Formats: sequence, structure tokens, C-alpha cells
Amino acid sequence: MAIVVDRKPLNFAERTYLPALLGGLKVTAKHFANTVFKGGNAAKLTGEGYYPEVPWRVEDGYRGAPYLVKDQDGATKCVSCQLCEFVCPPKAIRITPPGPNGQPADRPGAEKMPEEFEINMLRCIFCGLCQEVCPEEAIFLQQDYSLTGLTRDEMIYDKEKLLSLGGVAGGIQKWKHKLEEAREQEVFPVKSST
Amino acid sequence: MFDWLNYNPTAAFVVFSALKIGIAFGVVMTMVAYAVLVERKVSAFIQDRVGPNRTAPPLALKIPFVGRFLQGLGIFQPMADGLKFILKEDFTPSYVRTIYFWLAPAIAVIPALLTIAVIPFGSMLGSEKMVIADLNVGILYTFGIVSLGVYGIVLAGWSSNSKYPFLGGIRSTSQMISYEIAMGMSVIAVFMMVGDLNLSRIVDYQSGGLHHWLVWRQPLAFVIFLVSAFAETNRLPFDLPESESELVGGYHTEYSSMKFALFFLGEYANMIASSAMMVTLFFGGWQPLWGAAPAGSVFAGLTHILWFLAKLVAFMVLFIWVRWMLPRFRYDQLMDLGWRRFIPLALANILATAIGLGLYSLASN
Repeated sequence: MAIVVDRKPLNFAERTYLPALLGGLKVTAKHFANTVFKGGNAAKLTGEGYYPEVPWRVEDGYRGAPYLVKDQDGATKCVSCQLCEFVCPPKAIRITPPGPNGQPADRPGAEKMPEEFEINMLRCIFCGLCQEVCPEEAIFLQQDYSLTGLTRDEMIYDKEKLLSLGGVAGGIQKWKHKLEEAREQEVFPVKSST
Repeated sequence: MFDWLNYNPTAAFVVFSALKIGIAFGVVMTMVAYAVLVERKVSAFIQDRVGPNRTAPPLALKIPFVGRFLQGLGIFQPMADGLKFILKEDFTPSYVRTIYFWLAPAIAVIPALLTIAVIPFGSMLGSEKMVIADLNVGILYTFGIVSLGVYGIVLAGWSSNSKYPFLGGIRSTSQMISYEIAMGMSVIAVFMMVGDLNLSRIVDYQSGGLHHWLVWRQPLAFVIFLVSAFAETNRLPFDLPESESELVGGYHTEYSSMKFALFFLGEYANMIASSAMMVTLFFGGWQPLWGAAPAGSVFAGLTHILWFLAKLVAFMVLFIWVRWMLPRFRYDQLMDLGWRRFIPLALANILATAIGLGLYSLASN
């Protein structure tokens, strides 16, 4: 059933803008008085103090800068599949794969790990597609929002820096289970998985 | 020590005029600097922020308690702002018309400062009238000078030779021309009542306290003048010449450093000048709130100057307050308000005043 909303034409007082003007005065005066006399400014209402000394409190689910994470054993989770590099809309990610004779993965069971993993934080738009596409849960948007540097080169974060900033995240332990499976296959007879 | 001044009126005139000009100029410049601070603070408070509270020169914080307090108020911020403007790169794009590009900021500032000359900012200090130039055509002079103000903006918009400043320049031309008419017409009714164009006379006419102020006798003229003043100084809700959201920066998009600062200064000086005009025309100028004729003593002279400054500051705060309260008018709404509302209203006001004055003189005869 359709509801007919009555659209009243503006009366004379409203057409002179004066009631709206007074309403505006009231709202702004209220905010002014609240800030000056009750100290009700936004910094005090949302946190313990002002920004540079007291950093802004970031809620869960905030999409900050993407960093690489390590697994529970402190090994690189990334396997250099380059999905994130391909999906990255601003092309901020650049991965150098190890190649056929490159350095082996620092984690048993994993086939490879990136030789170099760079994110240009000046290009990154914090969209989170890399996190979404990663099959290894190796990259996460974390809570850093204030990235600064003195040069453009400084803003290209390399693998070492990304890993140290990212910390450890257990998450899915795909390679741990694969390793256990592989080890079990060595022993005969094969135990049926429960 | 000053005996020679009594024998030589010309020298006395030159010395006292120079003194008054110097002091008035200094006061206006300081007010501009601190008006910017007040603007930032008031806007912050209205938006639930704290505003500038960090700047302080190295030794200021050594003063116990007071130093911190002044820092919190942002007292030192204007100095940092001024220094920043001077130190910034003064960039002139290659495609501008250089002479006019350089000329425009100066033309924008000078009219704003010249207007101050005819404003009576106090009664008497000793034997000296507290007005720089006591012109008998004061208000005509003001309108003449204020009309020149638009040239700075138009020249800036045109000489910048790019689209946003150009659009800003065009807008400001039409806006200022439109509202000047309404402004001029609103003041005519005031003169019909006072019977004089001299601003000092207008202040004298309003002596005797609050209820003698012209705002009570000409409320409509005051409202029209107030709104036109907002439009003439390019303040919100009529800041179409520089509307940031659509024209980047309007006429001063291409300006930087001190040249930009001059436009800024011009805008605030204009605000001060039009506040001073409103105080003089409608709010009794330097007259105190309760009745007191200009007394002879130096102390009375100083209190009158303070009264004038207090009223001026009140109007400046109104200018700033309104900025954070009303959204910008659309361009056609602006023109509609100027031409189809205010000009007929001002004309009707003149007519009503004429009839009222005629009836009054008939009745009193």
C-alpha cells in the first residue's frame, strides 16, 4: 500500500530563511558552549588525550597498512604465489620470486618463499584485496595508519621490514598439516586419518 | 616640548594625522592577525575540536603557568603564520599576465585599508578628533573606495589565466556589483533620518544611549546592510568567488606566499572595515551603551575608543560565527536574493522612511 506523504509548501516565515538561520545559530552555539565550558571536544570524548601524544584508538576491523606475517614457528608464511601482486589495484606490490635455483623456503614443507617482497606504501590504497586473495593468510591489513618517511624510497617497504612490522599470526596451518601428512606417508602401513 | 605644534597648525595636523594613521594601521593589522586566530579557535570550538594550541616561542614556556596558558590559547600562532607566509616560495606560474598578477594583491588590500580613514573610532583625545579624515562626504567616499575592492579580485582572476580563478573573478564581479546597490540603498534611509553624510555627525545623532541607536529606527536597513556586508566581503554564506569545494581556491588559486597572504589580509581588513561601518551607522559608533556625551578628559576619550573596539569585535565574532553556521548559497539564489529581494526592499524602506519623516514634520509643525 502506497503511503502518500504530504509535502507542505514552505510558509512565509520559512521562505525568509530566518527560522533555519536561528536554528543554525542554536546548534553552533550549543556546540561552542559545550566545547568551551565543558571541555567536550572530540579528542577528549573518543580518547584519553590529543593526537600526537595519545595515538588515535583504532577499532577492530580497521584497514590500515598491509604487512606480511610469520607463522607460529617464526617462518615466512608467504609462498610467493603472486596473487596479491596481480590483484593489487594500484600495483603497489612487487614480488621477486626465488626462481628455480633460488633460496629454499625457511619453512619445512613449503615449496618456496619470495626472494623480495615490496609494498610501495605511497601507492597502496589500503583496500584489503591482497589479504582477501591470499591463500596462505600471509598478508594482513593491520592497524598502522600513520606512515611517514623522508624520501620516496623510504616508503617502499621491503620483505624484512614488512615481516618485522607484521609480527606472528598463527592462522591456518596448511603447511604444518601437509608436513605431518607427508611424514606419515613415509611410515608403512599408512594410518587412516581419523 | 610640543609647544611648536600650537603655533603651527599645519605641522600639528601632519604630525597628529601621521600618528593616527600609524596607530590605526597597527591596530588593524594586529586585529587581522588575531581575527585569523579567533576564526580558527571559534571554528574549532563549534566543530568540537580544540584549535591551535601548540605554537610557542622557545622561551615562552619558561614562564610558569602563564606561558602554558597562552600557548593553549594559541596566542603565538599568528606570529608563526606570518613567518610561514614570508618564508614560503613566492611562485609565479609561467602562463600568468605578470604585471597584473603582481598588481592584484596590492589592489585587493589597499581599498580595505583606505576605508578605515573616515571611520570615527573615538570621540576626542585631548583636542584631537579621533578620526583620520573627517570628511563631509564620508559615506560616499567609503562606497567609492569599497567599489574599487572588486578590481583586485577581478584582476587576480583574469591575470591568473586559468579557469578556476577566472570563474571566481567573474562571480565576484557580479556579486559585488549586485550587493553594492542594495548596500548603498539601505544606507540612504539612514542619511534621510540624520540629514548628513559625515560619519561623525551620524555618531553624534545616536548619542544618549542604547535606545537612540539607529538600528532600532532602521532595522530593515540594518539587515540589508548586514547581509550585503557579508556578500561584499566574500564571507560565507556568500563566498562564491573562492568557493573551495567547486573552484579550488577561486581567484587566489594561483597565488602563493606573501601574495596569497595579501588577499587573506584584504579579506579580513574588509571584514574589519565593514564591521566598523555597521557599528558607526547603526550601533552608535564610539557611544557607550548608556548615555554619555563626549567628555573632555583623556580617560573618557580612551573609554570611547574601547567601546568602539568592543562593538567592532562583537561584529567580527558574528562574521566568524555565521561562517560555521550557514551553507553556501547557490549562485542563482544569491543573485535572486540580491536583485529581487533586497533592492526592492531597500527601495520600499527609503519610501517608507520618506513618508514617515514627512508625516513627522507635518505633525510637529
